[in-house]
Amino acid sequence: MASTRPSQLFRNKTAKIAAIPMIVTALFVFVGGTVWTVVYSFTKSGLLPRLKWVGLDQYERLWATRKWLIAIENLAIYGICMLVLVFVIGFILAALIDQKIRFENTIRTIILYPFALSFVITGLVWQWMLNPEFGVQNIVREWGWESFTFNPLYNADIAIYGVLIAGLWQASGLVMVLMLAGLRGIDQDVWKAARVDGIPTWKTYIRIVIPMMRPVFITALVIVVTGIVKIYDLIVAQTGGGPGISTEVPAKYVYDMMFKASNLGQGFAASTMMLLTVLLVVIPWAILEFGDSKKHG
Amino acid sequence: MNLTSKLLAATALVAASSTSATELEVMHWWTSGGEAAAVGELANAFDATGNTWVDAAIAGGDAARPVMISRLTGGDPMGAFQFNHGRQAEELIEAGLLRDITDIAEAEGWKDIVNPLSLLDSCTVDGRIYCAPVNIHSWQWLWLSHKAYKDAGVDVPTNWDEFVAAAPKLTESGILPMAAGQEGWQQGGLFNVLMASLVPNEVFLSVYGDKDTDVAAGPEIARVFKAAADARSMSSNSTVQAWNDATNLVITGKAGGQIMGDWAQGEFAIAEQVAGEDYSCLPGLGVTELLSTGGDAFYFPVLKDEAQIAAQGELAALMLKPATQVAFNLKKGSLPVRGDIDLSTANDCMQKGLALLEKGALLPDFNQLVTPDTKDQIDTLFVEFFADSSMAVDAAQAEFVKIISAAE
Repeated sequence: MASTRPSQLFRNKTAKIAAIPMIVTALFVFVGGTVWTVVYSFTKSGLLPRLKWVGLDQYERLWATRKWLIAIENLAIYGICMLVLVFVIGFILAALIDQKIRFENTIRTIILYPFALSFVITGLVWQWMLNPEFGVQNIVREWGWESFTFNPLYNADIAIYGVLIAGLWQASGLVMVLMLAGLRGIDQDVWKAARVDGIPTWKTYIRIVIPMMRPVFITALVIVVTGIVKIYDLIVAQTGGGPGISTEVPAKYVYDMMFKASNLGQGFAASTMMLLTVLLVVIPWAILEFGDSKKHG
Repeated sequence: MNLTSKLLAATALVAASSTSATELEVMHWWTSGGEAAAVGELANAFDATGNTWVDAAIAGGDAARPVMISRLTGGDPMGAFQFNHGRQAEELIEAGLLRDITDIAEAEGWKDIVNPLSLLDSCTVDGRIYCAPVNIHSWQWLWLSHKAYKDAGVDVPTNWDEFVAAAPKLTESGILPMAAGQEGWQQGGLFNVLMASLVPNEVFLSVYGDKDTDVAAGPEIARVFKAAADARSMSSNSTVQAWNDATNLVITGKAGGQIMGDWAQGEFAIAEQVAGEDYSCLPGLGVTELLSTGGDAFYFPVLKDEAQIAAQGELAALMLKPATQVAFNLKKGSLPVRGDIDLSTANDCMQKGLALLEKGALLPDFNQLVTPDTKDQIDTLFVEFFADSSMAVDAAQAEFVKIISAAE
């Protein structure tokens, strides 16, 4: 037994050596940077980092700031709506395309295309689309519906939904393609068996196909959630946080604090809170996911 | 020859060939028409000394400052950069990133020529001078379009109260009573102008200087908030973002007036408008005639290259020379930093400013009293206040008191 241990360590030597640069980067840049940020979030750093301890002051101020609370609320609204809608829309589109329709390639390309655009372009395009003077509202009014009003970006109460529309437009295509790949991976025999048993199509989708697509759902979930947490450029391009401060998001708060207000400590505290939020979601999920798989062998 | 000595030789070659024309990269955020014309004067004067001005302009101070700071802290300094002097540069100086130019200041005798001397004080940390002030900018101006008031059939207002009273008439004629850009610094700045002009100086100083929360919560500041609410309803249909777009509404007579610093003067000049005929300007909103002595200054990062260090020195000395001061400030619409030069060619509005400067009706600038952090919080408060007409005056004041109580 003792003699096998070293060989375990040195097995796949080339692969391990090749992985060293990535491991070093991950340790020093990601983990190191994260630890550094958390440590400095307990200091009174202004324009430049300074080790002047202030305990939890930065966090107390953070949670007493309206802009931050609004940012968190917006992220929650955007995140929940985005998660639900992008999966519903993505799955329905995939299911429709899966009906062996004509021009499937063309339609798939058109729907996926927005994902090829950056968030800055997406934001600008939708800023114009939702502008009451040039956009959707104007077009519908020209058709004859004079009283039609649709200008979410100019109403502080619903402006975040205007951003949501842009986000959905961009991300639905990607989720659709992932789902489609998942649907194609389902064995045709499953469908045949369901048909023999006389199960309606919609029920087959919900009860049999979706549970079988679990890995695809998890991949899509990870991609969509990371996209939600880091949302910044879409806001800057589309609304700049306005009207007022109604579409602020945490990442923008961090940037504003660090570079506009010259208050690094406050920015670090806010980014630490963002990290904590992500961990709160990721850790239980990881335990469920990987803890389970070990038990089942 | 190994690589190091090759590189050294190459550097020496470059340095030798560039002594005649050293390139100095100068960063600033002067991009509007009037500003660009003014900075062109500085560049021409610098090029005339045999050096080369490499222009690196970034539109908007809020966008430019992070770039400047990250280049400084990242070890890639430029030759010189514009900054609002005051507390913004404090930490850069403490970190030893900026060059001490006391020797140049002494050789040029800045202590004797700079007026008011407080400008130089803002450049001074622990007795050493770190920046070259180039102009005095004051925020407290109300710009009025004669055309707009003629179209509406009312006399051009002479103070803030008349300006507010004339608003309904303008609205009836389809003219925007007040133009205002929807950006935090403009909205926060607007409030500070109201505060400097509508209540006694002591109030301004005890709120921003001493951070006195009792005064901030008091009836005088409540009056300022009330005026801010007036400004909010007068500018509620103003949809422009940038300050010069708002000024343009006043120039074309689409808006009655705008509260903006004296840099707006440059835009009127470019549009060939005549002060007193096409437009009026009211310092201190026509209520309390005074100016705050903020302004722009150039800082010089610590560099290694000898030729560039010499060029920095030349540029610093040049900026305060009488000829440069006159040419630059006439284009920029700001006041010169020295009192001993002839500005008889300046227009009506600048003469008003010069007179106030001579009288000493001055107030320290907001940026010299508070940190960028506090400024950002105040700007954010007013972004919210101006966007949301349902935000009550007393709720906003309570929020303001909270900011002042936490300020340093």
